[in-house]
Amino acid sequence: MNPPAALLFNKLPMLLAVRVEPAMAYPRTFGPAVDPITRLGWGLGIISLLVIVIIGVLLLGGVLRKRVASSAADPHQLAVRRDAGGMAWIYVGGGISALVLVACMAWTLLVMAEVTKLPSTPALTVQVTASQWWWSLRYLNAKPSNIFTTANEIHIPVGQPVRFELASADVIHSFWIPQLAGKMDVIPGQTNVMWLQADQPGTYRGQCAAYCGRQHAHMDLFIVADTAQDFAAWQDGQLTETIVPATEENRRGERIFQTHCAVCHTIRGMNPAGILGPNLSHLMTRSTIAAGLLANTPGNLASWIANPESVKPGTRMPAQILSGPDLAAVTSYLNTLH
Amino acid sequence: MIERALTKGTTNEQAADGIAIPGRKLPIGSKGHLASGWLGMLTLIATEATLFAYLLFSYFYLASHALGAWPPSGAPHLRIAVPGTLILIAGSVVMWWGELGIKRGKPGQLMIGLAAALVLGIAFLAMQGIEWSGEPFKLHTNVYSSLYFTITGFHMLHVIIGLLMLAVLLLWTAFGYFSADRHSAASIGVMYWHFVTIVWLAVFFTFYITPRLG
Amino acid sequence: MAVIETDRAPIIARATDDSPSSATLRQSWEGRPGVGGWLATVDHKEIGKRYVVTAFIFLIIGGLEALALRVQLARPNQTLLTPEQYSQLFTMHGVTMIFLYALPVLSGFSNYLWPLLLGSRDMAFPRLNALSYWVFLFAGIFLYSSFVVGKGPDDGWFNYVPYASLAYNPGPNIDVYALGMVLLGISTTVGSMNFIVTLAHTRAPGMSINRVPILVWGTLTASVGNLFAVPAVSLAFFMLWMDRQVGTHFFDSTAGGQPLLWQHLFWMFGHPWVYAIVLPAMGIVSDALPTFCRRPLVGYTAVALATVTTMVLGFGVWVHHMFASGLPILSLSFFGAASMVIVIPSAVAVFAWIATIWTGRPVFTAAFLYFAGFVLLFVIGGVSGFMTAAVPLDWQLTRTYFVVAHLHYVIIGINVFPVVGGVYYWFPKVTGRLMNEALGKWSFWVMFSGFNVAFFPMHILGLLGMPRRIYTYASGLGWGTTNLIVTIGAFVFATGILLFFINIFLSLKRGKPASANPWDAASLEWSTSSPPPAYNFAVIPIVASRYPLWEDRMDEGAGRSSVGAGMLLDRGRETIGTTLLDAEPDVILKMPGDSYAPLLMALTMTAAFVALLLHSRWGFGIAAVVTVLTSIGWLWPERSLMQIETGHD
Repeated sequence: MNPPAALLFNKLPMLLAVRVEPAMAYPRTFGPAVDPITRLGWGLGIISLLVIVIIGVLLLGGVLRKRVASSAADPHQLAVRRDAGGMAWIYVGGGISALVLVACMAWTLLVMAEVTKLPSTPALTVQVTASQWWWSLRYLNAKPSNIFTTANEIHIPVGQPVRFELASADVIHSFWIPQLAGKMDVIPGQTNVMWLQADQPGTYRGQCAAYCGRQHAHMDLFIVADTAQDFAAWQDGQLTETIVPATEENRRGERIFQTHCAVCHTIRGMNPAGILGPNLSHLMTRSTIAAGLLANTPGNLASWIANPESVKPGTRMPAQILSGPDLAAVTSYLNTLH
Repeated sequence: MIERALTKGTTNEQAADGIAIPGRKLPIGSKGHLASGWLGMLTLIATEATLFAYLLFSYFYLASHALGAWPPSGAPHLRIAVPGTLILIAGSVVMWWGELGIKRGKPGQLMIGLAAALVLGIAFLAMQGIEWSGEPFKLHTNVYSSLYFTITGFHMLHVIIGLLMLAVLLLWTAFGYFSADRHSAASIGVMYWHFVTIVWLAVFFTFYITPRLG
Repeated sequence: MAVIETDRAPIIARATDDSPSSATLRQSWEGRPGVGGWLATVDHKEIGKRYVVTAFIFLIIGGLEALALRVQLARPNQTLLTPEQYSQLFTMHGVTMIFLYALPVLSGFSNYLWPLLLGSRDMAFPRLNALSYWVFLFAGIFLYSSFVVGKGPDDGWFNYVPYASLAYNPGPNIDVYALGMVLLGISTTVGSMNFIVTLAHTRAPGMSINRVPILVWGTLTASVGNLFAVPAVSLAFFMLWMDRQVGTHFFDSTAGGQPLLWQHLFWMFGHPWVYAIVLPAMGIVSDALPTFCRRPLVGYTAVALATVTTMVLGFGVWVHHMFASGLPILSLSFFGAASMVIVIPSAVAVFAWIATIWTGRPVFTAAFLYFAGFVLLFVIGGVSGFMTAAVPLDWQLTRTYFVVAHLHYVIIGINVFPVVGGVYYWFPKVTGRLMNEALGKWSFWVMFSGFNVAFFPMHILGLLGMPRRIYTYASGLGWGTTNLIVTIGAFVFATGILLFFINIFLSLKRGKPASANPWDAASLEWSTSSPPPAYNFAVIPIVASRYPLWEDRMDEGAGRSSVGAGMLLDRGRETIGTTLLDAEPDVILKMPGDSYAPLLMALTMTAAFVALLLHSRWGFGIAAVVTVLTSIGWLWPERSLMQIETGHD
């Protein structure tokens, strides 16, 4: 498949997406792991706004209401003659507040019970390892040969619960795709487990939600919910071994990859030792690179490889001193990774 | 109070436009538990005790999350810690006795008590030092060793401060500063010393007893 | 030599500032003149003013840091600040506001006012008071020492590990933060001790525990809370410093340590702390608002109890800062429930204030506007907190701008607005001049509108998914326009603060002279001159109610406070010591005068911490020894303070 068509093919799920703009907003959500939370949020939000309005009215009323003509009142006169009165406000106001709080507490506990029930038979389990500043994704499978690794873009089958096991390679991060689930921290030394399910096909945007260093702002992730057919196709694609490149330039590019990139990056079928950076298998199936910072185009890819620091200051990827033709070769090679 | 004062009794002093009142005589200055310093030491003890509570919380938190055996090198030996504990308790007893002395107007007894507690406290420190050097781990070995040296170290620091207090109090007693009526500083120092002993009991229980409770 | 009396029946006298006895008092209580006196003063009024001025300087610095952040975030993809600069700015903004402004400004108010409110001549420990100020000042400078060379702490004010550990942050920035916080903790702790003992021991006769002003309840509660909370953070930072520099493994997950231990220790401190920085300010409103409603506070007992309950419950909610960290559901349920329950005492206070306004007769001064506006901001901050208390909802809201909105509504709404109102209220007492009312009202409206334009939209940004602590963001996420509005609001708010400071400077020079009681208020401080004399009260008042200066206009029982007649206590620096609950006199306390010891000790303590930072064992040893010697000198029993046996020379 030639590159432009491939790009379009990859972007099709996004184009077909039923997606809320803006992409990170969660007043409207799309899955059972988060929908009860969204309803709770709306409920508590409306109660909160009502409280603000009521208190505001009471305050304004108290401040502005007419009293005995102040000019007639002796400024030395106090408003009362006894230190009494007004307690009803506290009893009624405090009482109503307490009732509302207890009711909300009960609702909250019910929602928490509902969304934290891990599915007993998830369709899929993905091991997420967060690093500064990207996400490694390892799709588990009963058959070892069907286990594969990718990065930053998670594909899941629509309408099916998916289990995530979250681990960190370095500092604390937080795994958050607002339209599908509440966030869960990723903490070194422990594995946190959560689940989610997308009820509508489309691309859902996420972002690291715990300060993790300089490029915390640019640690996006995407969940693409595919129809069963598309998911099967994608999964098969991820499992295919890399083809030997056809052209001379691409073979040269592959050699450059081996010498410059394979220390940190690996491609399925190659020496799997390169784990410091994202797994680049089937790189062309992803819509973005640099954890969501750049669209996955040949030009962006070349700029990224040539000078990552200028794109994402502080990144752990060192600049590659490559000549023009070498850069073109390795970029071209990477463009063959469908 | 003013009205009561005006209707009662004779005057014995006059200020320029004052109303002199016989009234109740009040003590002046630092007298016993009326001294501000006494309350101040209570608050200091409250906050320092809380510090140890957080230290021991850290111990139990890290212990409960530990993989593998805890303590990693087995429960620490009792052979130095138990005598050390007894020595510290003896120090408190001796301090209590010393304070009793000054309450009865016997500064000599206070001095003996202070000196004895000082000696016992130094003995405790020496024993701790021996135990430290005999441990199979160093500060940076693992999280248990980090906790062990830090927590016992914090306690030792409090002991050292206590010993400084005892030494200074000894000096002040020798200068004749204290009497049956006025010895707030001594009481305050004694209270601190008891605190140091009680904290050690908590630390001892945590490190030396809980691993043996199975 | 003359026999020194060991007890005495205090003379009760009628006296004013013009009486001869007051001349004696003035001589005893006025400090040394000149620079020496400035450095050695232990006058609580001086110390209180210094705290407030220093805190306001930090407020301005923290505010400028915030404005820099807001300029960077006003549009998507801006590059005015590098990511590293941004991180240092948001960290120092938090550290400055929360530690170097929010508590110290309230300490300043309390230091100045407590003896005047309580009918006393000084705090229980005047020299310790001076020490707590100097250590605060030096700790603040210490905390900024690496920032000014571009190596400031950069992991946020809560400084989570592992990012704060040596592997990811070689330093010295985090070491400066860690050691600086331990040093600052000493200031906070001794300050708290001072407030607690002062309240317990040195009130005017008759000022029973149910008659003390709510500001006193607020500061007392905060102080008790701090006594139990500060050790947690001092320990956490010390353990972090040890992990980084000495090789321990408390937080190192590769050696059995736990990153979450940091969070537990930090928030076990952090949550009570946020109540410590608002409860005294709520007390300011509870004491000053009634003056402008021409009636005593409704529900004094309920409000006092609500204050204490909030702090007690405040020790049981810390995990709500960790809801997303993967803790067991059972634990989250408990802390979530506690976080909802804690709203109830706050609701009680809100209704008390509203009831006071409703049943009173408002007087529309600038101060009143600040207090009335505060009630609304309190409620907005409260409900956003209520929403985040709902655990599963917090999994969406936490770490987004929703929380940033919440925290600024509660900190600015419940600390800054009452503080500014409190300045308008007590400025005449402190300086003898009134602030400009018209400018005051302008400053209120500009601050109030700017604040809401800046921070209300942040709730929306949070709901649109904007995470915290990002130095920039992409376009197309719907965050751009709202961020621009926020930035504009921030500058308007800053202008309001500027107007407030301008008002202060103008009023210092040209404000209308103030009488003793320009607002016709009820509490004891208004019975002194404006400003009060060094000895506060010519005679120690005798208190019979919560509103001594209003008793003549209220139908009450036989009790009448006595302000012009009371104990004279003029043999040197003296004040009365009283029992805890009923404030019965039980001892005459001799108070120390000016001393260089607090300043010296603050310097040596700071030197010790600098030595630790620079890994200098000798430096640390010397500084520690000098500190110990200074403290021995300080505590050396003095005959003049009646601390020792008097039969000897």
